Parts: sequence; C-alpha cells; structure tokens
Amino acid sequence: MTLATLLFSRKAPMTTPQIMALVLAAAVPGIIAMTLWFGPGTLINIAWLILCALILEAAVLKMRHRPVMPALKDCSAAVTALLLALSMPPAAPWWAGLIGVFFAIVIAKHLYGGLGSNPFNPAMVGYAVLLIAFPQTMTSWLLPHNGAGFADTLARFLGNATDTMDALTGATALDRFKLERGGMTVSEFVAGNPLYGTLSGAGWEWVNIAFLGGGLYLLYRRIITWHIPVTLLAAMTLLSLVFYDGGSSASHGSPVFHLFGGAAMLGAFFIATDPVSGPSTTTGKLWYGALIGILLYCIRVWGSYPDGVAFAVLLANFAAPAIDQFVHIAQKGSNHAG
Amino acid sequence: MQTDFRQITYQGLWGNNAALVQLLGLCPLLAVSNSAVNALGLGLATILVLAGSNTLVSLGRHALVPAIRLPVFVLIIAGFTTCAELLLRAYAIELYQALGIFIPLIVTNCTILGRAEAFASRNPLLPSLVDGLMTGFGFAIVLFVLGMCRELAGTGAVFANMDRLLPFAGNWELVLFTTDSPFLLAILPPGAFLFMGFLIALKNVLDRQLARPAAVPEPVAPGSKRVRVTG
Repeated sequence: MTLATLLFSRKAPMTTPQIMALVLAAAVPGIIAMTLWFGPGTLINIAWLILCALILEAAVLKMRHRPVMPALKDCSAAVTALLLALSMPPAAPWWAGLIGVFFAIVIAKHLYGGLGSNPFNPAMVGYAVLLIAFPQTMTSWLLPHNGAGFADTLARFLGNATDTMDALTGATALDRFKLERGGMTVSEFVAGNPLYGTLSGAGWEWVNIAFLGGGLYLLYRRIITWHIPVTLLAAMTLLSLVFYDGGSSASHGSPVFHLFGGAAMLGAFFIATDPVSGPSTTTGKLWYGALIGILLYCIRVWGSYPDGVAFAVLLANFAAPAIDQFVHIAQKGSNHAG
Repeated sequence: MQTDFRQITYQGLWGNNAALVQLLGLCPLLAVSNSAVNALGLGLATILVLAGSNTLVSLGRHALVPAIRLPVFVLIIAGFTTCAELLLRAYAIELYQALGIFIPLIVTNCTILGRAEAFASRNPLLPSLVDGLMTGFGFAIVLFVLGMCRELAGTGAVFANMDRLLPFAGNWELVLFTTDSPFLLAILPPGAFLFMGFLIALKNVLDRQLARPAAVPEPVAPGSKRVRVTG
C-alpha cells in the first residue's frame, strides 16, 4: 500500500499498525498549532514520552514473555504516549512525563492484560495520576506566544527552571475564566486580555480547530465513527447554552468558548473514541459520548480542575460495560450479550 | 486434641494473612496507612482488641447461646475497642487525634469478628490467645509496611512524628530524599489501593517462589494405587 493510498483512500485500513499510524498523522495539525502557540515544549514532550513508552512497553512485554517487536511496531504505545504528551503542559519536567507514561503503559495497560483488555484509557490514567500527584506542575501552562527559545524550554524540561521561564507560565485561559473573573461580565473580562482570542483562549482556539480538522480526517478515513464525538460535542453545546446566560457576570462561557477551549476537540475526536475502553454497541456509543460531554462540562465549570476531559473519560470508562448491558436489554429484552 | 501452635502462627502471619489473603479489615487498612506512625498505632490497637476479644470469647464459649452469639461478640469487641481508645487518648493524644474515627471503627473490622466466630468460640483459651495475637500481628505488619511505603513514596521520609506513639522516638525521622514536588498520590486514597495491590502481588510472587521446589513431580510408584472407578 503506497503512502498516498494509505492517507487518502476511503477504504477502512485493516491492520492495527495502519490505524495507529493514521491517528498519529491526524494529530500533526494539532501538534503544529500547539508548537506555534506554546513553543517547542510540546515537541520535547512528545519525543520524550514516546521514547519512554516504547522502552517501558518492550520491558513489560519481555517480563510477560510476549513477543516484543510486533507490539512495538503497531504503534499503540506511541499513540498512548502522544495523547498523554498533548495533554501535559509543554515542557513539563522529564520525571513527570516518565511517571505518567509508567502509569499509562505499565499499570493501566499491561497490568490489566495489555492491548485490547484495558478497561480504562491508558493515556488518561497517566494524566489523572499526574494531575492528582503533582497539581502545581500539571496546572502551570506556558502562556500563548511566550517567545521562549528552545534552550530555555529544554532547561525547564530538564528541571533547571529559569526565572524567565517561570515568568512565562501560568494557569490556562479556561482556568482563569473560572477563577479570576470576579464579577466581571464575559466581554469585560475578555476584552483586551492577551490570554483570550476571538473564539476562546488565545492559541487554544487554533489548537482546537487543528484537532477538529484532524478529527474530521479520522472520520473521513473511517477510523472513528461519528457517534461519540458528535454526541459529546452536542451535550457540551447544549449544557453551555443553558448556562451561558448571555455573557453576564454569572455566565459560564458561551458554547463556542467551550467547544474551542481546553482539550475539547482533542478529547472528543482522539481520546474519547478509544475503541478498547469505550462501549461496543452503536447505541451505547451515543450515550457514552453524551455522558462524557456532560461530565466534561460539569467538571470544567463547577470542578476544581482546569479541564475535565481526563476525569470525564475515566468515569465514562467505568460506565461503558453497564451502558452496553443496558443497550442489550433494551434491544433484545435480555441481558445476554451478543 | 493436640494444638499445632506453629500452624496457627504460620496461618496468622502469612498463609492466611488477614490483610493480604483474606482481604479483611480493608477500610482501616487503606484509610490510616498514610504514614508509618498512624499505621503502627492502629496496628497495635488492633492487636490488643483482637487478642483481648479472642481470650474473652474463648473463656465464655461454653456459656454462649448460639442464637445471640454475634451480638455478644460485637459487645465484647466494642468493650476492648473502648479500652484501646481510652489508652490512646491517655498516652498518645496526638495520635488519637490523627487516627480520629478509625479507632472506634476497629469494632467493625471483620477480621476480629471473623476470628471470634471461626476460632475463639470453638477452641480453648491458649490457642485462641495465640491465634488472636498472630492474626493481629499479621494485620499490623502489613499495615505498618504499607504505611512506610506510602510515607516514603509520598514525602521522601519515614518515621516522621514517631514520638506521637513512642515518646523516645522523636528523632527517628529518616529522610531519604527531599523534593519540591512530592508524589502526593501515594498519601492520597488512590495510593493506598495501588500499594496494597503491589503488596498482594509481592506476596503471591514469594509464595510461588517458595512453592517451586515442592512442585517437582514425585516419581510415580510402580504398581497402581488408583482406585478402580469402572465396574
């Protein structure tokens, strides 16, 4: 199969390596957008996490007496590492990435039986562990257009945080919107604030547009189906519309602000669509997507974490088997799967 | 009946360990194992209650009316728990405050009720006392190891504030590393489940290693000893 057919044919790719390679390709626009707006830290994260993931994957497979090379070549560990790297603050210290990948690959994936058997999304387990264990490290993002050079970014990654770099980090646009608005209306708060752009957080809007593009490509390439992303985004839109309140001081932000802020598009198209940890029935996927959308919005708006994708996806992972079960009962009148 | 104290000791400490094998009393085990001193304090209190209740149940086992045995056990256990609580309050008030609700909750530790029902109500005094002590030690050791692991992973030091329990141990704190970003997860509830899982896995691995020499198949003796099952 030539590269062009692999990239643009509408026939569904058959093998796991091809699927994973296409997921990596679909993430490229998002990676470029993140690098342009938040600096080279994203690239360092991705390279380091994929390296760690491959080494850990090989080590665990060796310990489990499983063939190593086929599993490494299918890129599934690399995709997990990529999703975790994209969720982490750019140029997070190296040990944070290593611990996150360890929990994702070794604990969430292999201790539960390896590829295809993990009940929870490995990348999100890694992210949740990091967020709970190192809240300060995980919530200080580089500011958009921070102008940090590669050398400074690398120093921060290696743990020698310089003062210049510290000055360039802070809470995300989504986080500040919730915590620092202090009675201002939305337009008052956003106007003239360099952290906010036309649609949502500065930079974040473009990152989300890029991931939306990548997600549509995955749909076009038939790697994912529309059910989970559409219901997820629809649930978020509906909820944010209800609580938008016309942009008053009590507003929780417009639907556009939420759809193009934080990790909404990355979560909807790349993370929530993980076929292993989600439900297997089509109707189940509709409910699953809606559940993630609702949880995501609630955690984002009323929770104490900067964004809600990881916890929403993990909670929905818990519910996925039950959702499938209910769908079977509703459709066939019995709880015997199949 | 000859009592095999060795067997009771082995079962209590390892083979049938309350925490690692029976998975009983997990609520206090997971909740207070966030530091070595808390774990040790609760472990000692549990040993006291377990030994005391086993002794008393064993002494009164002939007078026991089967229909109401469970309420009687619970009352006895509650009595000893109150003793443990008062002792801690008198001699280790800071530890008492740190452990909080989990001292009274020793009453609900299924290990204690389980030993009273399964062992002490059917065996003479001495075996029951030994069983209570050994089961208690087995539980307390796991609790203590779990507490040390979590404290070490979460703060980089062990035995902090040991003087809460032992007045002479104020300077026992052992700092292995210091860090600006401690691994908070180990001290938070998820860490308890994680480390507990690792401890159980470790025990199973050790058991398998110990069982390996015994697993060598014995040579089949010539001449059939098989029972004929067909007519």
